[in-house]
Amino acid sequence: MSTPTIEPTVFSGDPYSEQNLLEPYPFLAELQESGSVSWLESQQTYAVVGYAEVYEVLTDFETYVSSGGLGPRDIRKDDAWRPPSILESDPPIHTLMRRALTGVINPGTVRGLRGEFTAPAVRIIDELAKRTGFDAITDLAEIYPIQVFPDAVGIPLEGREHLLPYGNMVFNAFGPENYIYQQAFAEGDEHARVVMNACKRESLTDDGFGAGIWAKVEEGLITEQQATLLVRALLSAGVDTTIFGIGNTLSVLARRPDAWARLRKEPSLAKFAIDEALRLESPFQKFHRTTTVDTFLGGVHIPAGSKVQLFIGAANRDPKKWGNDANEFSLERSSSGHVAFGMGLHQCVGQPIARLEMEIVLQQMLEKIHTLELDGEPTPILHNVLRGFESMPVRITTGN
Amino acid sequence: MTQLSERLDVVVAEVEHVADRVVSLVLRRFDGEQFPVWEPGAHIDVYLGDDITRQYSLCSALEDRDVLRIGVLHVQESRGGSQRVHETLVKGTPLSISAPRNNFPLIDSRKYLFIAGGIGITPIIPMIENAEANGREWRLIYGGRSRQTMAFAQQLEDKYGSEKVNLFAEDEVGRLNLQTILGMPRAHMLVYACGPGGMLSAIEDFCMGWPPGALHLERFSADTLGAGSVSEPFEVELARSGRIVKVETTETILDAVEKVGVRILSSCRAGLCGTCETRVISGTPDHRDAVLTEADKDANDVMLPCVSRSAAGCGRLVLDL
Repeated sequence: MSTPTIEPTVFSGDPYSEQNLLEPYPFLAELQESGSVSWLESQQTYAVVGYAEVYEVLTDFETYVSSGGLGPRDIRKDDAWRPPSILESDPPIHTLMRRALTGVINPGTVRGLRGEFTAPAVRIIDELAKRTGFDAITDLAEIYPIQVFPDAVGIPLEGREHLLPYGNMVFNAFGPENYIYQQAFAEGDEHARVVMNACKRESLTDDGFGAGIWAKVEEGLITEQQATLLVRALLSAGVDTTIFGIGNTLSVLARRPDAWARLRKEPSLAKFAIDEALRLESPFQKFHRTTTVDTFLGGVHIPAGSKVQLFIGAANRDPKKWGNDANEFSLERSSSGHVAFGMGLHQCVGQPIARLEMEIVLQQMLEKIHTLELDGEPTPILHNVLRGFESMPVRITTGN
Repeated sequence: MTQLSERLDVVVAEVEHVADRVVSLVLRRFDGEQFPVWEPGAHIDVYLGDDITRQYSLCSALEDRDVLRIGVLHVQESRGGSQRVHETLVKGTPLSISAPRNNFPLIDSRKYLFIAGGIGITPIIPMIENAEANGREWRLIYGGRSRQTMAFAQQLEDKYGSEKVNLFAEDEVGRLNLQTILGMPRAHMLVYACGPGGMLSAIEDFCMGWPPGALHLERFSADTLGAGSVSEPFEVELARSGRIVKVETTETILDAVEKVGVRILSSCRAGLCGTCETRVISGTPDHRDAVLTEADKDANDVMLPCVSRSAAGCGRLVLDL
């Protein structure tokens, strides 16, 4: 091969410092300047920040496998804290699980949810619109998905309070075992027990996605254990991410009264606005893959068995892909191709559900809220791999 | 550029029985000129008289523009097309055809898995030639009832070797085991499949475990076996503005609508993710995606404008755009 080898820049910054977790973009820009692929000294991993390189890793699932886990440790070598999920599996095991899941969750089955997903959004936003301001996170983003999504999966009402802490554990475990991780795992056993219980066939309603997944056991496609793990995957991946998706979209729009005004005039642009906001403020910011062979990425030689860390938030703002205004929100931009939902084999299977929830919320808000502005700076959440806010006070005006 | 409506006058230069109930026809232009350039996956319309038009995939060598070759299976429940080909066309018969068009283009990729069932081998043959010429890694899985029914099987095996060309004759080794073949997705490998509907449906199911966008297939309906669907130009009315957009044969609805500045949210642009799903207000779509359920496709309330088109005989679709 004539591939010229580039020595990766050794980068000493720490993506998991409090400052860089709360305010990731200056750090990511600096990391990007050191090259598309760098050696991250603090984590002893390769950092991949270029869009093209992230895309390459995501689509070459043979060279960059998932079974080593999405976190910095190789879960095949250590004891993982839980049985591997679909996210942490490779073909052919992944193939069966993905077939089962795609058969249950697809644009067709999700379309039927619009009605039942709309009513709670109408209720919540009608109430909020009576006020002059509210917290877009605690009064809305954290409220809505938890009202609709667990019903769609069909889990019992009892124990739903464990879903958010459980999701918090799952995602924090994709980062290092720092104090944030320790805090997330503080009552981990109890959260995991309740959630695993909810995934059992006898806990689920007969008409939700959960029952649909269990039907695949009867068809002989997957095992009972795999069915439990797939329902668990829905519950762990389907709540936090959507909460942050809604919150992050509003964090972008609350700073752009011009965009809000235009969206009110052209509500059909709402889904483009969401897509662009997800590019700019991607909820799932970073995770790892493991190399199976010696390989080259962005000209950098990476030995077999290495952990590479993908920075989605950097790829989605890479000026080489998105232009010099990559850090700006633009309703004119086609954000098609962004990797906020991943890409390729492991691309988010719940994407149509997340988009439906986000679109319904935004449509309802645009209908009833004339102006939306920040009423103080949002408070970012301290999380190893997710980007979002724990609080975002907003001021609104309505026609009343 | 060749006009889409242009008819080419040709003569049948060779008729050869290449398998049970399959003839290969080699066509030459009447005026001795070369045929227009075409690409793997392309087909021609063959005008068989009495308003019978059939589409047949091209399976001749890409660089030999003096001839076109098609393979035609004599279908038992034929509506008359394949029967007419088999019974009336002999060497020297004049015939009228369309210029080649392509509904099943081969997208450049690092690796390919080709799966052909029966006469579905025809569009795959030039694809293989192209993949081989470009040094791509590829493998062909070709299934049929028996060796005698599998057109071009021996030539392909002789030319490329049995490592790349895997023949599965049902009477010798049983049916294709799609679980084994598709149970292990490969990175950067596209799957191109052509054959009977039942086989393609099974392939679609197995490919749900592959990366979105990996699968490309050409569906034959039972009564036009050996024929791809047609792509005539048609109009789309954008209901919200009343605008009329012409969709040419060579473009998708998505392309045409975006060209006039109207936006549709899309992601894969290949009929696989469903992001561009659009409500159909009137008209009948020809669904070509792998996302909508059969019930959705029958209801015709929504369609995916990235791949689907207007059904034959439906000159205008009215979409909620």
